[in-house]
Amino acid sequence: MEIKTIQSEEEKLIGKNVFLTTLDAVFNWARGNSLWPLTFGLACCAIEVMAAGGPKYDFSRFGYEVWRPSPRHADLMIVAGTITKKMQPLVLRLYEQMAEPKYVIAMGSCAISGGPFVDSYHVVPGANTFLPVDVYIPGCPPRPEALLYGWLELKRKIQNPRVVKK
Amino acid sequence: MGENLFVGMAKGLRTWLESNHFLPIVTDVFLMLLAVVGVLGFLFLNALFLIYYDRKFGAWVQARLGPNRVGPRGIFQTVADTLKLFAKEIFIPNNVDRWPYLLAPVLIFTIPVMLFLVIPFGKGMVPYDLNLGVLYLVAVTSVETIVLWMAGWSSNNKYSLLGAMRSVAQMLSYEMPVIFAMLSVVMMAGSMKLSDIVAAQQKVWFIFLQPVGFLIYFIAVNAEFKRTPFDLVEGESEIISGPYTEYSGMNFALFFLAEYTNFMIGAIMVTTLFLGGWNAPFGWTFIPSWLWFIIKMYFVITLYMWTRWTFLRIRIDQMLNFAWKFLLPVSLVNIFVTGVGLYLYRMIRW
Ligand code: SF4
Repeated sequence: MEIKTIQSEEEKLIGKNVFLTTLDAVFNWARGNSLWPLTFGLACCAIEVMAAGGPKYDFSRFGYEVWRPSPRHADLMIVAGTITKKMQPLVLRLYEQMAEPKYVIAMGSCAISGGPFVDSYHVVPGANTFLPVDVYIPGCPPRPEALLYGWLELKRKIQNPRVVKK
Repeated sequence: MGENLFVGMAKGLRTWLESNHFLPIVTDVFLMLLAVVGVLGFLFLNALFLIYYDRKFGAWVQARLGPNRVGPRGIFQTVADTLKLFAKEIFIPNNVDRWPYLLAPVLIFTIPVMLFLVIPFGKGMVPYDLNLGVLYLVAVTSVETIVLWMAGWSSNNKYSLLGAMRSVAQMLSYEMPVIFAMLSVVMMAGSMKLSDIVAAQQKVWFIFLQPVGFLIYFIAVNAEFKRTPFDLVEGESEIISGPYTEYSGMNFALFFLAEYTNFMIGAIMVTTLFLGGWNAPFGWTFIPSWLWFIIKMYFVITLYMWTRWTFLRIRIDQMLNFAWKFLLPVSLVNIFVTGVGLYLYRMIRW
């Protein structure tokens, strides 16, 4: 109980500091509107990501089409596919090479929980076992619309940090 | 009316400052600073717009919509991108060569700014009309390679180094056709001053007198500024991002902006040397000269984007072969033909 009240008082103080909050809002707006994904895919879900970039679904409408080959430039990691035990250290390293602020989307049931291969001897049961996942997109594979919806939910999460805290 | 907008503004400011008894040197410095700020503003805004335009154009070529959510028709997309990169962490890996690593992104932006010194934007709108304008352009553009090499070497990353080496090879081989194509223009105009070259095109643009030279120049400039059929320096599928691989946040944003500014410079050079600079075609002088300049510049930019989104990236050996075995001989022949043609023309006239 006590910890909670202290936090809320701090938040009140921060809330009074108008300059800080407006600048934060501006940067959050910018972050939410330009989530540059890292170019990589792990399995069949990655094909669906490509479809989402094509003319029919076209996530460039939201300004997200700037695929970045180097993790240093990217903001968003879409874990699209099965994470095998052999691949897991590399995925983790890519995540660690990205510059803050960085976000992770777990796409497909493989990245959420291991999916169809959950009891396999060589599949990691979910990206959240080693990455801080922001948005989960269920499906096997999720349709491109679902990916877009997840992406926009991430944008909402970034732009309204208060919603997430509660 | 609009013709003398900027020149008139400068003149008015000068008379106002002088009438208020400022020292002449103060007036000069103030006006020069104002010109620098104006050029920088033009450069930044154009680079921001160009990134947006490139994305929209690419989307259009691929039958997509392109950015359309941030602001009307997505016009503020690049603003959001820049702000985000502004607030992003600047990551410095452990084993980099700190000084060159941090200096390269700063220096990369000074080069396009330096190039703007000699470019005639409109009638009487040259920041500084150098005698050897063409030579200056060639000399300063090639300095960019050194900065890229700095970035590539100091990043201590194999991909960065490979990209930097490629940029050196590319610059060395494509500088030749560029210079020879420029030389044919200089021969026609009889001067290296850019304002003289523009003045010489008052009646006929050099694109009609030098079609081969124009083609060579168009292709070679595209290669020199590393646009897509020749963007081996950051060939994403092979060497991640070339020299930019290890840069994040604002450092990367500077490289990104400089790339587009360079691209704009390439278009400006094509406009000035071959498309008549600020000269109005068909005597349509009701549009002011600086606006003509911008219209032509954007026309050339659109041509370059069209190339970019249509062609595939070629291999490094194909690229070098193309430069040394095709472009260079053709440009030499072009110079020879130009020389003979000029000689005959003089004989006939006198
Ligand atoms: S969730 Fe389904 S579609 Fe996606 S990677 Fe796993 S098995 Fe493939």
